Amino acid sequence: MIARLALASLMARALTVGMTILAIALSVALFLGVEKVRTGAKASFADTISETDLIMGARSGSVQLLLYSVFRIGNATNNVTWESYQDIAARPEIDWIVPISLGDSHRQFRVMGTSQAFFDHYKYRQGRSLEIADGAPMEDLFDAVIGADVAATLAYGIGDPIVVAHGLASFTEHEDQPFRVSGILAKTGTPVDRTVIVSMEAIEAIHVDWQSGAQVPGQSTPVEVIREMDLTPKAVTAALIGVQSPLQTFALQRAINTYGEEPLLAILPGVALQELWGIVGIAETALLAVSSMVVVTALIGMMATIFSSLNERRREMAIFRAMGARPATILGMLVFEAMVMAVAGALIGVALLYLGLVIAQPIVDEAFGLWLPIVAPGLREGQVVVAVVGAGAIVSLLPAIRAYRMSLADGMMVKS
Amino acid sequence: MSDTVLALRDLSFRWPGRAGFALTVPELTVARGEAVLLLGESGSGKSTLLSLICGTIMPDRGIVRIADEDVTRLSGGARDRFRAEQIGVIFQQFNLLPFGSVIDNILLPLRFAPRRRGRVAKPPDEAARLCAALGLPPELGRARAGTLSVGQQQRVAVARALIGQPPLIIADEPTSALDANSQSAFLDLLFAQLSASDTSLLMVSHDPRLGERFDRVLRIEDIARIDRVAA
Repeated sequence: MIARLALASLMARALTVGMTILAIALSVALFLGVEKVRTGAKASFADTISETDLIMGARSGSVQLLLYSVFRIGNATNNVTWESYQDIAARPEIDWIVPISLGDSHRQFRVMGTSQAFFDHYKYRQGRSLEIADGAPMEDLFDAVIGADVAATLAYGIGDPIVVAHGLASFTEHEDQPFRVSGILAKTGTPVDRTVIVSMEAIEAIHVDWQSGAQVPGQSTPVEVIREMDLTPKAVTAALIGVQSPLQTFALQRAINTYGEEPLLAILPGVALQELWGIVGIAETALLAVSSMVVVTALIGMMATIFSSLNERRREMAIFRAMGARPATILGMLVFEAMVMAVAGALIGVALLYLGLVIAQPIVDEAFGLWLPIVAPGLREGQVVVAVVGAGAIVSLLPAIRAYRMSLADGMMVKS
Repeated sequence: MSDTVLALRDLSFRWPGRAGFALTVPELTVARGEAVLLLGESGSGKSTLLSLICGTIMPDRGIVRIADEDVTRLSGGARDRFRAEQIGVIFQQFNLLPFGSVIDNILLPLRFAPRRRGRVAKPPDEAARLCAALGLPPELGRARAGTLSVGQQQRVAVARALIGQPPLIIADEPTSALDANSQSAFLDLLFAQLSASDTSLLMVSHDPRLGERFDRVLRIEDIARIDRVAA
């Protein structure tokens, strides 16, 4: 009956109680939402590249190699010679190998030279393949396939000409050899979206008249002549490697790392991603800290609500006391009230989260390439609900203790 | 069990921290089934006296004996329980929890008084019976107490004080919020129920006209001394 009366008391103050519950619900939804985005971002990050066993490049740091080969951030300090690449590619452990040649750009986007195999073997988000949304993969020497962001930002369509600049943010453009957009990739949420993909031969072709990073003055080989030339690449920047059997991964990694002809480095993408996330992850912790502060704020708001209700409820407490309720019962009732509010808030918060997820999931995937999986509430959500209810009970102790003191002092005689 | 329901002896109390207010009661007794009216103006120490009897404040000295138990010897929790068991309380007004149903309000003291509850076979039925006896329509039982008129609320408060037949009813100006006609009707109903259950009543009021219905009328200045030291 006490519980029923406490609930009735809450109902009688429906507006303020409702607002308090709403504040808790929103804060819990925010917290869990941040949590979802955080784990989603981490998963999306880890999903940037999948089913690639090793990434090979010139010897540098593993994070650096990952950054330029997968995320197209920063530059390679050195290239791998075509001979070494061929050597490695010929090893028996290799199932497939995809060369990557970087160093040029189109507007703000990186240009990546690669082979047709890239479209077959580059996988993201647990084995998804790249999809051509429009057009076709490169067929001609000067064909380019562009990522979804490139197409969207520069408003390119199939057949549009593009000019590749040498280096990055460079004004020396390879104007002699305009490329043509042959295909546009579907959105992936990976750096591929921001990449212009051309063939390895094309990269060679645009550098025909260049030596040591500068155009040879007055020299301009006509396109027709270039088409007849031997455009075998002289070097690659990195290579994605798949092995025959996962058991051979480490053997191959060791073989590449100890390759005698030139210093090479092979990394396990998953391990390097973990390393990189360790650096990026600080932001995630900060985000979590901020959203937990929001939950704390909502709970303090609830405490304030209970505090401010105490004066107008002196009468109620005096009646309980006159009927024989102990001050401890009054304290218990207030803590119970707070827990009811916290439970309601937390559960509504979880419901809001799922509602928000259902609405936002396709939008977020489309806009940011961030996949937020909708799964049944798990341990994490349960922990948050329990923590919020526990914290609610704890913060309500302050007003409850005040009510305890008041009801001890007032007894049953309140002049109101 | 003796015939004295309430006995105060050599009681003295001083509000802690509040200088200049002390109450002394040499003697006050209420017999079983007796109805006593205690007359006093506001500020005469009535509320303090009632709080002492109910055990929500403790005297510095003296004895508060209710139904052969010295309340001052009980611990805080035991006093709360004892109050629930032995005393039905009716306030001036705002007696009820406005958000609770009438039935829940009436049954509330039983929640804290197991023995009193033991005397009631079917509490909701007993509450309905009391309501009927006090002239409250039965359909009011499920209504929220806050929706009742003041007169109806006071009658619900009487039902709540009477349920489970505590030996003593303490009433603090229960009629002051009512008009003259309602006052009279209210007291008729109250006294009818008291005589039916052999319950003692100690009622505090400032209105001497109520006196004729009571067995005994006391003036607070005759039984208690208030000492005021200029603060």
